[in-house]
Amino acid sequence: MGTEASSSQAHAQPATGEPSCAAAETVAPRSVRELFVAFSWLALQGFGGVLAVAQRELVEKKRWLTREEFTQEWAVAQIMPGPNVINMAIVLGGRHFGWRGALASVAGMLTVPLLIVCSLISLYGQIDHHPAVAGALRGMAAVSAGLITATGIKLIAGLRGNVLGRLACLLLGGLCFAAMAWLRLPLVWVLLVLGAAGMGLAWRRLEP
Amino acid sequence: MISLTPMDWLQLMLHFGLLSLLGVGGAITTLPEMHRYLVDRQQWLLDEQFNVSVALAQASPGPNILFVALMGWHVGLNAGGGWLAPLGALLTLGGIMVPSSLLMYATGQWLHRHRQMRLIRAFKQGLAPTVIGLLIATGTIMASAGAATAGQWPVWLIAAVATVLVWRTRLHILWLLGAGALAGAFFLA
Repeated sequence: MGTEASSSQAHAQPATGEPSCAAAETVAPRSVRELFVAFSWLALQGFGGVLAVAQRELVEKKRWLTREEFTQEWAVAQIMPGPNVINMAIVLGGRHFGWRGALASVAGMLTVPLLIVCSLISLYGQIDHHPAVAGALRGMAAVSAGLITATGIKLIAGLRGNVLGRLACLLLGGLCFAAMAWLRLPLVWVLLVLGAAGMGLAWRRLEP
Repeated sequence: MISLTPMDWLQLMLHFGLLSLLGVGGAITTLPEMHRYLVDRQQWLLDEQFNVSVALAQASPGPNILFVALMGWHVGLNAGGGWLAPLGALLTLGGIMVPSSLLMYATGQWLHRHRQMRLIRAFKQGLAPTVIGLLIATGTIMASAGAATAGQWPVWLIAAVATVLVWRTRLHILWLLGAGALAGAFFLA
């Protein structure tokens, strides 16, 4: 790990091939080592889920993806089996450095957190009865909930160039929110029905 | 104390390998099946250990999938401890990670090579608004689950303040988590 890849292709095109002014602002990761370090750092900041941090690090700081690309890659990572952040790491690492990039990204995501969580489990018996510890964990969980909500709000800006148009985007996003948060329908069905509807509409609007 | 044969360890890994490909929408959706297998059928894990595995992985840094490693760790502990605990963790984590990762890698490369295809562009763009709705819903569900166990308004308030700060400022996420832990230690204990 850590060798410079010879074929570090520039990230010239957005993943969709859509004309997007933001795409020119992205850069490619320089090496497999950079992927490993970036995903380690990203995972270490992610309490109760890594997604919010992933958006900040990959889009806002590293500029490896635009908001638009992030949302679209996220959609793929979400619909495939497997943990979505790990899937995202595989896609991003694999695109730039093949299987070595994917492996480095996943290893970065898992190695240090695995060591931490296994150490914590050994300590857990001694601290679990302290009420302040339980309260602190609940406070952190509440912050994580806010992080994820804010990430969703920020990604709305990436929908601007979407072929679906503003109204359909609002309708699909709103229906998904209502189905999940309010009606508590199973995720698979929500994704299947709304995803298919959005996909069908996008298919009709895209030029053949 | 339980005892596991090498065949049992293999079976443990393969079972998680199977669940790996069923976990659309995150491995957390296969949690009921894991419980059925580990606690009810094989009796390799106590109910309490099962719950602690999930809770602790959520509270510690890193992807939530690490709860699977903690389940394996506990199976190893119950089987005698020592090096069996890390072995269990690696087997369950490897089982849940490898099949879905290989599938995602192949799919990701294929999608990228054919990214100009109309079908793939429609797939990615058509799904985008739904995924964003899903994210906002996930945050809301997490906050309401917290509010149900730990008092209504403080949890919603912390979540709302965090939402606004992440959305509007570039404040580092670790500061927010630290402040949340502090607030929780005082008001949610």
